[in-house]
Amino acid sequence: MQWEVVIGLEIHVQLSTKSKIFSGASTAYGAEPNTQACTVDLGLPGVLPVFNGEALKKSVMFGLAVGAQINERSVFDRKNYFYPDSPKAYQISQLYYPIVGEGHIEIDLEDGSQKRVGVTRAHMEEDAGKSLHTSFLNQTGIDLNRAGTPLLEIVSEPDMRSAKEAVAYMRKIHSIVRYLGVSDGNMQEGSFRCDANVSLRPKGQEEFGTRAELKNINSFRFVEKAINVEIERQMDILESGGTVTQETRLYDSEKNETRSMRSKEEANDYRYFPDPDLLPIVISAEEIEAIRQTLPELPDAKCERYMDELGLSEKDAKALTVDRDMADYYEKVQQAIDDAKMAANWMLGDVSAMNNKNGLEFKDCPVNADQLIGLLKRIKDNTISGKIAKEVFEAMYSGEGDADAIIDKKGLKQITDTGAIESIIDEVIANNPGQVAEFQSGKDKLIGFFVGQVMKASKGKANPGQVNQLLMQKLKK
Amino acid sequence: MHNKTITELSAGLEAGDFSSVELTQTYLDRIHSLDKQVNSFITVTPEIALEQAKNADAQRAAGNAGLLNGIPLAQKDIFCTKGVRTSCGSKMLDPFVSPYDATTITKFNDSGAVMLGKTNMDEFAMGSSNETSWYGTVKNPWNQETVPGGSSGGSAAAVAARLAPASTGTDTGGSIRQPASFCGITGLKPTYGRVSRYGMIAFASSLDQAGPMTRTAEDAALMLNVMAGHDLRDSTSVDEAVPDYTANLNDSLEGLKVGLPKEFFSEGLNDDVAKVIESAVKEYEKMGAVIKEISLPTSNLAVPTYYIIAPSECSSNLSRMDGVRFGHRCEDPKDLNDLYIRSRGEGFGPEVKRRILVGTYALSEGFYDAYYVKAQKTRRLITNDFNQAFDDVDVIMGPAAPSTAFKIGELTDDPITMYLSDIYTIAVNLAGLPGMSIPAGFVNNMPVGLQLIGKHFAESKLLNVAHQFQKETDWHLKAPESFK
Repeated sequence: MQWEVVIGLEIHVQLSTKSKIFSGASTAYGAEPNTQACTVDLGLPGVLPVFNGEALKKSVMFGLAVGAQINERSVFDRKNYFYPDSPKAYQISQLYYPIVGEGHIEIDLEDGSQKRVGVTRAHMEEDAGKSLHTSFLNQTGIDLNRAGTPLLEIVSEPDMRSAKEAVAYMRKIHSIVRYLGVSDGNMQEGSFRCDANVSLRPKGQEEFGTRAELKNINSFRFVEKAINVEIERQMDILESGGTVTQETRLYDSEKNETRSMRSKEEANDYRYFPDPDLLPIVISAEEIEAIRQTLPELPDAKCERYMDELGLSEKDAKALTVDRDMADYYEKVQQAIDDAKMAANWMLGDVSAMNNKNGLEFKDCPVNADQLIGLLKRIKDNTISGKIAKEVFEAMYSGEGDADAIIDKKGLKQITDTGAIESIIDEVIANNPGQVAEFQSGKDKLIGFFVGQVMKASKGKANPGQVNQLLMQKLKK
Repeated sequence: MHNKTITELSAGLEAGDFSSVELTQTYLDRIHSLDKQVNSFITVTPEIALEQAKNADAQRAAGNAGLLNGIPLAQKDIFCTKGVRTSCGSKMLDPFVSPYDATTITKFNDSGAVMLGKTNMDEFAMGSSNETSWYGTVKNPWNQETVPGGSSGGSAAAVAARLAPASTGTDTGGSIRQPASFCGITGLKPTYGRVSRYGMIAFASSLDQAGPMTRTAEDAALMLNVMAGHDLRDSTSVDEAVPDYTANLNDSLEGLKVGLPKEFFSEGLNDDVAKVIESAVKEYEKMGAVIKEISLPTSNLAVPTYYIIAPSECSSNLSRMDGVRFGHRCEDPKDLNDLYIRSRGEGFGPEVKRRILVGTYALSEGFYDAYYVKAQKTRRLITNDFNQAFDDVDVIMGPAAPSTAFKIGELTDDPITMYLSDIYTIAVNLAGLPGMSIPAGFVNNMPVGLQLIGKHFAESKLLNVAHQFQKETDWHLKAPESFK
């Protein structure tokens, strides 16, 4: 039987507000346990939540960026369940009236085509704390620093048909929230997490198969692997005539398998109802419009502009616009040296290669835009050749200073003095009489040999254009 | 000294007739010798009280004393008080010492008032008789075989027994007005949102409201002047200017339009209580008020609506009492579920459990629309009824409770009749309106309260209407025999 895979994602994005969604405690990551949990976060008797308007603004920005309807009236509900890291024993979320309604994004498929994926809704909610099961001698420690951290849960339509599509969708959402600055998107710190709903159905069938929900996957790589092993698991069951159970499953990245957490029967009845401690969130059309005016240029629009205005290829334009830090870096370099192509080649070539080699994101690249500009300017004004520039770049990357200082220190300045080049050429010609004779008898290809010899003798510093030109003059004599 | 009102005590302090320390000591002594008869306090705080009294005297000497400066008050044990046990009448919170002050407590502290202690109450404010308190039943000072009403029974009994000049209460379905009626004192439940709920342990968040319990309307006005106001820490508190509630106390009632809902005078109302209310209304006619019969046709929906909404909210509000971070925790829990089940099983009393169960059921998948959503709709109808009635009248009057205080134990096995003792007060909470109970007479030596209901934020009008009655009558000055 031919099976079709159906995937929907729920992505939890931590909104980058300074304080929590319902209290004044800090959201900074990595503090000592329970040092960033105030009376409200601890869920003490009598405390009340007060909504942080920054979370609303950031949620609306996201909604506008995915072309979604913004609900002028949204309501916080309580999701009731007992767990030690949920201090009130309910989570404040939005079930019935979320802030963001239906929207969509375009994702890029491997064959180069695009696909539209629907965003069902996005709603604001608070994060839970953390249970620490180690180092407490058979007891569990609770850290409530994370409790009350603002989240935007983005729910997709079940529009994806492969693990690769799911990852493309996730990457696109990641790119958008980073562009908007509504989240730092830091996956190691849990600022961007994903639940995947996976099911299979016979190809051509309209009705969905029974789904399993894979919980809390926190990297692009794991999402792809987790979905793929889950597809295999379900296919094995279905192929052997069995039925898939609706359940929540956990992905174990070490064993590369998913295993059951709880079945539908064991699922909680969350007893949602509107939180009577909070008034409905009301935002006017004018306020929404004002937020729209603050939206930055988004990746798709930026990509188009790079192609139209800067003449970049689609491939280069896309690669430069996925990460906002990279795009910002690129624009700065491109404007300073006024050479879109050269800037793109460097960014996608040497800079990306070094970053990849060192496992660094663009925002952490040790050579900043100004430093790269300094280097590229020296190529443009013929101080150094492109080849020498690579050497200088590597030195810059390892922290040896700016381009000019390195060029100076290492004496890499290009030789452009005609007299100096001529004397090297003369020496090369004198040392290679046989090759000179061959060249002069018509073996033109040997020009490469002479250029190589001259460059070698100049330790790469001779201006290659001048070398070519002078060699031709002298050899043709 | 202990028969004086706040207004009189304040004048005495200002005149130098006595100091706050002396006054406070007088009340501490009375509590010490007399409270065993009524059990109105859960915690008495003499050290804090005398320290605050000393500071108040110093403040007065420095020339900046407000009207509540140096006045001893009793606080319902539902308000979080820093460094003091805040039990909410429950074993569950018996070990809980709050690390912070409720907004109401902060405001009283800032006004220079003195806290005598924390008063007894029905467990988590769930009850109409004060019999559900883990700290034992409170007895009505007028007859110690009867209940003081609830849930603010300790606060009402303490004021009636002259163990405090005034106290605070909270009212979710009648918890200020019904005990005020049973104990013969003045109780005011303000408009929902008028007084901050921050630090007031939640029972039903959309209904809870704190208010003063005093001997006179004038004292209630002084208390409300301190309590009322917008609080940034409570999103449901209303950002509406706070008037001086004493300013209109002496306005004439000539032409005041009073509505008597016929539904409040029908089946279920004790005949003798009805007579007391009728003669109180006559008193208002003498003062120039125009009396008019009105109808609140959805009155019969109030109790069932309330007993869906309040338990639903409480089932969620009380979930945080899980034995994990504070409060009662069972011995040697085997695992997490055991910790939850035994801590909560041991910590909560039967009435609280009953309401948690009802609320959990009403919010369950498949029942939510039929119960909770439906109840929100009937709540809207009830509110509309009142709004319509207020197109024609300024104040609605009626009984605060269908009877005088009933016997201890009389209704403990009959929760439905117990719930019906709040039949006249509950609708007011559902509509978010201000309501008062003022002493209006006696039946067999037991006090009867007249209920006054006003438009949203019409507390000044209610206090004016109450004060004028208290100028013409002396029911509010009567004291129970053993506490004179």
